[in-house]
Amino acid sequence: MKFPRFTRKTLCIPYAVFLVFFVIIPMLVIFFYAFTDKNMNISLSNFILFFSDPTKISTIVYSLVIALITTVCCLLIAYPVAYILARSKMKKKFVILMLFVLPMWINFVLRVNAIRELFNLIASLDGMEWLASANYFKTVFGMVYDFLPFMILPLYTTMLKIDNSLYEASADLGAGGTTTFLRVTLPLSMPGIMSGITMVFLPSMTNYVVSDMLGNAKVTIIGKFIYDYFGSDWHMGSMVALVLLIVVFVSTWLSGGFQSEENVRGANL
Amino acid sequence: MNKILKNTLQVLFVGLVLLLLYLPILLLAVYSFDKTDMIGRFEGFSLAHYAELFSNTKVLGMIGNTLLLAFLAAVLSTILGTLGAIGMFYCKKRIKTFLHGISQIPVINAEIVTALALSVTFVAVNLPKSYFSLLIGHMVICTPFVVLSVMPKLKQMDNSLYEAALDLGASPAKALRKIVLPQIIPGVISGFMLAVTLSLDDYIVTMYTRPTGFETISTYVYNATTKGNAHTAVTLSSFWALTTIIFVVIILFVVISNLSSVRKKEADR
Repeated sequence: MKFPRFTRKTLCIPYAVFLVFFVIIPMLVIFFYAFTDKNMNISLSNFILFFSDPTKISTIVYSLVIALITTVCCLLIAYPVAYILARSKMKKKFVILMLFVLPMWINFVLRVNAIRELFNLIASLDGMEWLASANYFKTVFGMVYDFLPFMILPLYTTMLKIDNSLYEASADLGAGGTTTFLRVTLPLSMPGIMSGITMVFLPSMTNYVVSDMLGNAKVTIIGKFIYDYFGSDWHMGSMVALVLLIVVFVSTWLSGGFQSEENVRGANL
Repeated sequence: MNKILKNTLQVLFVGLVLLLLYLPILLLAVYSFDKTDMIGRFEGFSLAHYAELFSNTKVLGMIGNTLLLAFLAAVLSTILGTLGAIGMFYCKKRIKTFLHGISQIPVINAEIVTALALSVTFVAVNLPKSYFSLLIGHMVICTPFVVLSVMPKLKQMDNSLYEAALDLGASPAKALRKIVLPQIIPGVISGFMLAVTLSLDDYIVTMYTRPTGFETISTYVYNATTKGNAHTAVTLSSFWALTTIIFVVIILFVVISNLSSVRKKEADR
């Protein structure tokens, strides 16, 4: 019996080697660069330089606010949609869910470009000229548009799992709609909310494609810093990347680990 | 009466969100058949944008690049990820947890951090940016998702079948091929599809790992829209045609796959 077990385990060796070379080592390289200066001496100068620059700090704050607004908007739109779809007895609700996921399969950049063209059209109308320079508004709108499915999917899958008898029990025991929502639906859909938040908040802090294409390059988010440093100073770039890495791990840890079932990106549908 | 009102409101809300989601794409689809480059006024039906798209070798080249890269990355990721998932599944719990944890890093990490880490590592080991580095970059973001979609199928699998096959004289390799693989194939297929969409969609990792002069749809459209028309050989309006084509292909794909699954179900009956 020893031999066959051995064969099955060995199948993971290529992947383990791949992970070591292209995931672990790159992270260590980032770590190394973040704590060294240009002469490869170990120092904290990258951190001190970056965090003592008021313009950098204000950009980070802006970026966090943008990400926060985006996440809240996504949640406010996605929660009712997921709730309606999960609770409805429509036969074709799978098709409707599919309709929400479908645009995700168009190339991301082309999708952002589509919104750009829509904004250009609206801005050319009489009385709507303000839109041309409303860079922050356009950025947030674009991000909500692009990341909405990432919020809907995890919410929908968790709400689908809520046992219908719980709603009935709640009604039998005399709870009204609001009480049922607050005491049954909301707590039970919490895993979906957390997983949706992590899937929207992080890209809206780092994915600079949207802010560049819709914000006329006037909106800088944290991810853009890395791009800016990439050509000139890897040590600073790695430092920002390391900070982001830590933020990701802390937030994942806080949200109670990563829920793989809720994270489907549409392909498991 | 109250119930009807509630239902109407629900349908209205979902419909409104869907309308907003499709508005930019439909707008481009309509104006892709317009004579002029202006959105907002329909001057007359013409296929000029499509003709431009298909007559430009540079544009055709980048579409080819994107498709080939997505196919190669998805095939390699699927093989690596499926073998990895099977191997990991049979490893000792400690090793399994460790590998699974490492495998999650590219999933939860910001894409820009993964991209920078890889890019800096390639330069640090003196490996010039090439098709190889690009392919590795795409595999790093795709393979963990393949593992994530294969893993649940392995968990659902009846393990005694494999043992039975061995008892009946099958070699471990044959037992894997004949017993394990057929049971996890839905997960493998959805992992492959996920890998294709991730690779097709990717801008950031491509940007940081590609060899100079290599363009995909994402990098090309991004550069064209942020750096102006002068940067490209074609007018931006040919991207409207491209968006429309991709959209139609996706709809056809979804409809056909749904129809075939319906037929299969009917045949099973």
